[in-house]
Amino acid sequence: MNEERIAGIEWEPERYELQVASQYHFNLNRRQFFKALGSGIIVVLVLHDCEVLAQESGVRRGGTPGQRLPQDIGAWLHIGEDGKVTAYTGKVDVGQGSRTELTQVVAEELCLPVTSVRMVMGDTDLVPFDMGTFGSQTTPQMAPRLRRAAAAAREVLIDLAAAAWGVDRKELVAADGKVSHPPSKRSSDYGQLSKGQKITTAIPDDLSTTPPDKWKIEGQSVPKVDGRDFVTGRHQYASDMKLAGMLHGKVLRPATFHAALDSVDTKEAESLPGVTVVHDGNFAGVAASTQNDAKRAIAAIRAEWKSQPQPSGREIFDYLKKNSTAGDDRSGHSVGSVPEALAAADKKLAQTYTVAYIAHTPLEPRAAVALWEGDKLTVWTGSQRPFGVRTELANTLRIPEASVRVIVPDTGSGYGGKHTGETAVEAARLAKAAGKPVKVVWTREEEFTWAYFRPAGVMDISSGVRNDGTVTAWEFHNYNSGGSGIRTPYEVANQRIEFHPVESPLRQGSYRALAATANHFARETHMDELARLVKMDPLEFRRKNLKDARLGAVLDAAAQSFGWGKIKASPGQGFGIAAGVEKNGYVATCAEISADRAKGTVKLVRVVTAFECGAIINPDNLKNQVEGAVIMAIGGALFEAVEFENGRVLNPHFSTYRVPRFNDVPTLETILIDRKDLPSAGAGESPILTLAPAVGNAIFDASGIRLRSLPMIPNGLKQEA
Amino acid sequence: MAATIELQVNGKKLRANADPPRSLLSVLRDDLDLAGTKYGCGEGQCGACTVLVDGLPQRSCQTQAGDVVGKPITTIEGIEQDGKLHPLQQAFLDVGAMQCAFCTSGMIISGVSLLRRNPNPTPAEIVRFMDGNICRCGTYPRIVAAISNAAKMLKEAAK
Repeated sequence: MNEERIAGIEWEPERYELQVASQYHFNLNRRQFFKALGSGIIVVLVLHDCEVLAQESGVRRGGTPGQRLPQDIGAWLHIGEDGKVTAYTGKVDVGQGSRTELTQVVAEELCLPVTSVRMVMGDTDLVPFDMGTFGSQTTPQMAPRLRRAAAAAREVLIDLAAAAWGVDRKELVAADGKVSHPPSKRSSDYGQLSKGQKITTAIPDDLSTTPPDKWKIEGQSVPKVDGRDFVTGRHQYASDMKLAGMLHGKVLRPATFHAALDSVDTKEAESLPGVTVVHDGNFAGVAASTQNDAKRAIAAIRAEWKSQPQPSGREIFDYLKKNSTAGDDRSGHSVGSVPEALAAADKKLAQTYTVAYIAHTPLEPRAAVALWEGDKLTVWTGSQRPFGVRTELANTLRIPEASVRVIVPDTGSGYGGKHTGETAVEAARLAKAAGKPVKVVWTREEEFTWAYFRPAGVMDISSGVRNDGTVTAWEFHNYNSGGSGIRTPYEVANQRIEFHPVESPLRQGSYRALAATANHFARETHMDELARLVKMDPLEFRRKNLKDARLGAVLDAAAQSFGWGKIKASPGQGFGIAAGVEKNGYVATCAEISADRAKGTVKLVRVVTAFECGAIINPDNLKNQVEGAVIMAIGGALFEAVEFENGRVLNPHFSTYRVPRFNDVPTLETILIDRKDLPSAGAGESPILTLAPAVGNAIFDASGIRLRSLPMIPNGLKQEA
Repeated sequence: MAATIELQVNGKKLRANADPPRSLLSVLRDDLDLAGTKYGCGEGQCGACTVLVDGLPQRSCQTQAGDVVGKPITTIEGIEQDGKLHPLQQAFLDVGAMQCAFCTSGMIISGVSLLRRNPNPTPAEIVRFMDGNICRCGTYPRIVAAISNAAKMLKEAAK
């Protein structure tokens, strides 16, 4: 079987056989794809036993955090005879700028302008397997991979030129899409060098790539690739796709969460002209030639649901603590003796912090278009996990993965909220029944209700501190929201840190930075409370307990730029500071607010953010990500919360679920620290961490009111007092 | 019987079926292949579906197609003229005023309409005018900067 599969691929087998144990993952389409690439240079990579940390999400299935990657072979890069460079990746662009960044990486190593490189992203028939776009892994994992693939191709081109001209390869220079030999003034462009040959190469181990201090294209603020398509409305998102004969699909939604379909009568819907009705297991849906017809048909279905009583928002935090399990070992951490340290502490503090369920609300709701051609299914969808959606489709439709192709066009955002393939499955099931392509686009209400949420959580902290400001005891329990960012970056001799999973009443999952936001809110608020307890300046207090130089550097940078300690707050004005680290992104925030206790209003006036994530690949894109994360954080910090009662969401609209708008944006200042000596880390998530505690600490500074629940002022400051 | 209406979109006369009554958004996207105008919420709260009707910004998800017969409609596809970007489109690119860009069509249409009625808006005026448009990626400060820059470009061009 393996032999047969390998037959179509033309490179020496022993190279990767040494590395690859057994399970090949490629299929007929992949083989055809390799053939279709034609001649030129193909850089292949063998992923061997590569454990990629699966991002911890609120959903736990008792497995290990890592998941074994399929042993897959794919092409990372192709240089055609026409000199066109195409790079392939399973990562997708949901607005974080990965397409631009990865294009820069390839262009850098091949010494080409960015316009000469095309990225093929998130097409499961064309790109090597990828776990998905999450966990800030595109920059630390995919960028080095493509950098090396491009460098490998460059070395092959130099070898080809050396052989063709009979010269020493050391005398050859690759630049501007050409290999040149300055002594003899010979040069040849990339396409010509590979003409008539089909060369496949793996990436050698001893390959050197350009160091950050020598970067010419990386390190630059290259504007968004294909930007013109977005400002002219030409870019086709999945929800914009239109195929010949395509129908619009709609799905019957349960009356409440966890409701079972008791009985369903589809007779009336079926009698409507041009309507396909599907009732299959717990799924009922329709397809019709217009959205209106589909809506009418769904309304004509009579269904009875069986619901169970479910916890509501007002009791959620009690529920989470009562239903929690023992500490999860994976994120657990214990050092010294917390009880002894607490007994010996000059001052002690025990407090509880909470965060609400919030919704991602990507502006493009979930969308998919499904097309069956015989047994072959192709689905265009907006997802952060094209291969995950492929598996979901294969499993639910009981067809081989090899028969499924998932294509993810650059998508209208995700923020961790598009890891699943709901619309893909719905559209595929309906299209199968209708015998025509079907598009399913969720309404905003569906997106607010039937997607998944950032987990709600409860954090209990018990701490001890000496009068000189040394934190001596730190006990931290997180219920439900997760283990990301749960460890304290401060030096504390006695610690006990535990995450307690809970079976969540609402469907929950990943979200930008996950539980690190909740854990940082609790920790950095508590640190502020401890600083007040020992009458120390909050910055000085943090500095006293901190050894991590990178975290210290962002703290100092934010404080200096803000004028911390130099400016005095006037009445009603408050300053707050917070710092944190997650996935090698170091962030510190200083916030200024003005509060009117009589009116109960709080205005966020100014936010200074310092961020460091190693060598910066694209400064303006990074700045954009930091600004965006800060603005998104304002919603979760101040007013966003999913309200729910007995299995129903009460605020599934933008009119009732408030997200940050133009008017909510304070004066922003963003400081980026470029560490060319450190590997680049992802930055789509970590800049979100410290806004909430900095703002909460500023509110306390202004008003003396300590807010320990996110969102902090859904109804203004007064009600919370 | 299907009721066919004629709409004037981006300077062209286009026919669409409007029986039963349908939103302008649905007609633009599903019938006229003008998918640059986006569905974001269907309740006029996010601004992704904004188009110009008679030069004024209107939420196409809240507009019945039958109500705008005979009125000039401009969508994002009609902002670029003869292959030349509108200064605001160019400013969006220059400033990097987008991430996922799903809100961009509605932002540009709203911004163009602001610049037509107020060629010299202050940042506060831009914020007030644009507050009905949501960008979940949080590029608001960049959008304000892009509109300010476009105002300058338009003034330069008028000299």
